[in-house]
Amino acid sequence: MKAFRGEPSIFASAQPEDRRAELEVKNLTLKFGGITALSKIDLSVHTGELVAIIGPNGAGKTSLLNCITGYYKPQEGQIFFNGENITRLRTHHLTKLGIGRTYQNIELFPGMTVLSNMLLARHVHCHYNAGRASLFLKSVRKEEVRHRKVLEELIDFLEMQSIRKKLVGSLPYGMRKRVELGRALSLEPKLLILDEPFAGMTLEEKEDMVRFLTELNEAWNQTTILVEHDMSVVMSISKRVIVLDFGVKIAEGPPEFVQKHPQVIKAYLGDTATID
Amino acid sequence: MRKLRFHPCGNFKETYEEELAIFETDFGRLWMLIGIVLLFGVIPFVSSPYILYVLNIIGIYSIAAVGLNILTGYTGQISLGHGAFFGVGAYTAAILASKAHSPFLLSLLAAGVMTAAVGFIFGLPSSRLKHLYLLIATLAGQFIMEYVFVNWESMTGGAEGIVVMGASLFGLDLGNDRTFYFVIFAFLVLMIWIAVNLKRTRYGRAFIAIRDNDRAAEGMGIPIFRYKLLSFAISSFYAGLAGALFAYFTMSITPEPFNLWLSIEFIAMIIIGGLGSIPGSIFGTAFIVILNELLSHVTEYLMNVGASEGMAITIAPLREFVFGLAIVLFIIYEPKGIAEVWRVVRSSFRLWPFSY
Repeated sequence: MKAFRGEPSIFASAQPEDRRAELEVKNLTLKFGGITALSKIDLSVHTGELVAIIGPNGAGKTSLLNCITGYYKPQEGQIFFNGENITRLRTHHLTKLGIGRTYQNIELFPGMTVLSNMLLARHVHCHYNAGRASLFLKSVRKEEVRHRKVLEELIDFLEMQSIRKKLVGSLPYGMRKRVELGRALSLEPKLLILDEPFAGMTLEEKEDMVRFLTELNEAWNQTTILVEHDMSVVMSISKRVIVLDFGVKIAEGPPEFVQKHPQVIKAYLGDTATID
Repeated sequence: MRKLRFHPCGNFKETYEEELAIFETDFGRLWMLIGIVLLFGVIPFVSSPYILYVLNIIGIYSIAAVGLNILTGYTGQISLGHGAFFGVGAYTAAILASKAHSPFLLSLLAAGVMTAAVGFIFGLPSSRLKHLYLLIATLAGQFIMEYVFVNWESMTGGAEGIVVMGASLFGLDLGNDRTFYFVIFAFLVLMIWIAVNLKRTRYGRAFIAIRDNDRAAEGMGIPIFRYKLLSFAISSFYAGLAGALFAYFTMSITPEPFNLWLSIEFIAMIIIGGLGSIPGSIFGTAFIVILNELLSHVTEYLMNVGASEGMAITIAPLREFVFGLAIVLFIIYEPKGIAEVWRVVRSSFRLWPFSY
């Protein structure tokens, strides 16, 4: 597939090694007191895949993402990213390793502009120290300009030119979701994790988002984990679907397979056997 | 020569560097130049000794207030220990000057570093505590430091304090208010410039992110605890530097000025001036210092006029009363502080005769 909206240098010039994202979750169990939010989850995500995780409300999707991104610490099991055990690492460390995410309830900084929200995400790619920053030396200025260029390319890519100087708090909901995607991309993540990026969007906004995600995945080989409730989107763009229910993985496979899986149908629609 | 730009109308920027500039237009730069010329070329020569004394106090407190604004206004961590941090700076400089006869600049720097270390230690509770609880933890820091000032007599001289020799810089005697004025305001300008620089780089952005939403900040790769400590250290460095200047300025220090009341005054300065605004810290400081001076004149006057004993006791708390009232009124009517008033006035001048 060809890239249609510019060629952001962070994607275009990235070496295959920079894009490598092998995630391996082994036997993961997470408990909150007496409640088992996740039990014995095994899953793997390989470089260049777009994997969707679905499941009814309370199935543990967001808990799983929070484990992968370091917000929750699981009681059992391990998570490996590119061969490194990341189970006990802190969130900011994982971001540095290349795991970037968006949140279910948009966690942008509403008092800042779109541009400063994205600049903030360049934090791990800034290499100057406090001493040089406090004098605003030429090297700092140069680096800031470089980041600004990277962001401008991303802004072009996500078609956000008109809102770059707007306060995030003043933007409509669908636009904020897009800004949040932009901020996650500014982190240059190897593994992009999206928590319900389509929630509360209009049809047009969903279509735009689908374009961005497919192009990211197909043209730029962006490894993506997608948690989503909108089945038509999930079934049309993901290569592989993982279904959770009550903290247990009940099915995994290509969309067509999952759609017909009896346990998946049962989880979503209930069991008719007892009525008959 | 490039074309000068005086109107902030339209966007004529051609490079990303231009967007990083501190001032939007050359008009702003012109005003800054005028301000600096007034500050160093005119004011010290036309002011009466009393005015000069007040200005010096404003300058010293402003440095500490800018520092506190980095911690409270930008990073969102409240500190009730800044009065004591100011004292740590003052004592460090005084001890170095009186016992080790260290040169002026060196003791200033040492005072800053020492206070940064102390601030770092009292910032440690911020890993677990937020808001009110952190406030109480820093309050403990205030009292611990006060106790040290009074009771570590071999070092601090206890309640009697320390006498500091007048400072000298490159052979120049800085003993009088006018020469010291230049030192104070040179440092103020330098420290403001550093604060502005920090604000427009990744450090400022990280501080603001921690204030607004620490969960998301962590997701952006910011090690929150480390940055909170950094903020405590930077802020305390400012306080320590200001304290050291204060020690050289007053030439004798006792534990009394560095009490909780001073910490509260610092908080009041940045609230009234505007949280998260560097010019605001200076406006707030000027406001509080001038208010203090006015009130002490007024009470003195009233006491002399009133003459009777009963009257004097009634009037004595006037200062505290007006002080508290000013804070309350500001929080109710202008929560963003004097900085916001200043912005409104400026933009109405700029837009006149239209309303927007």
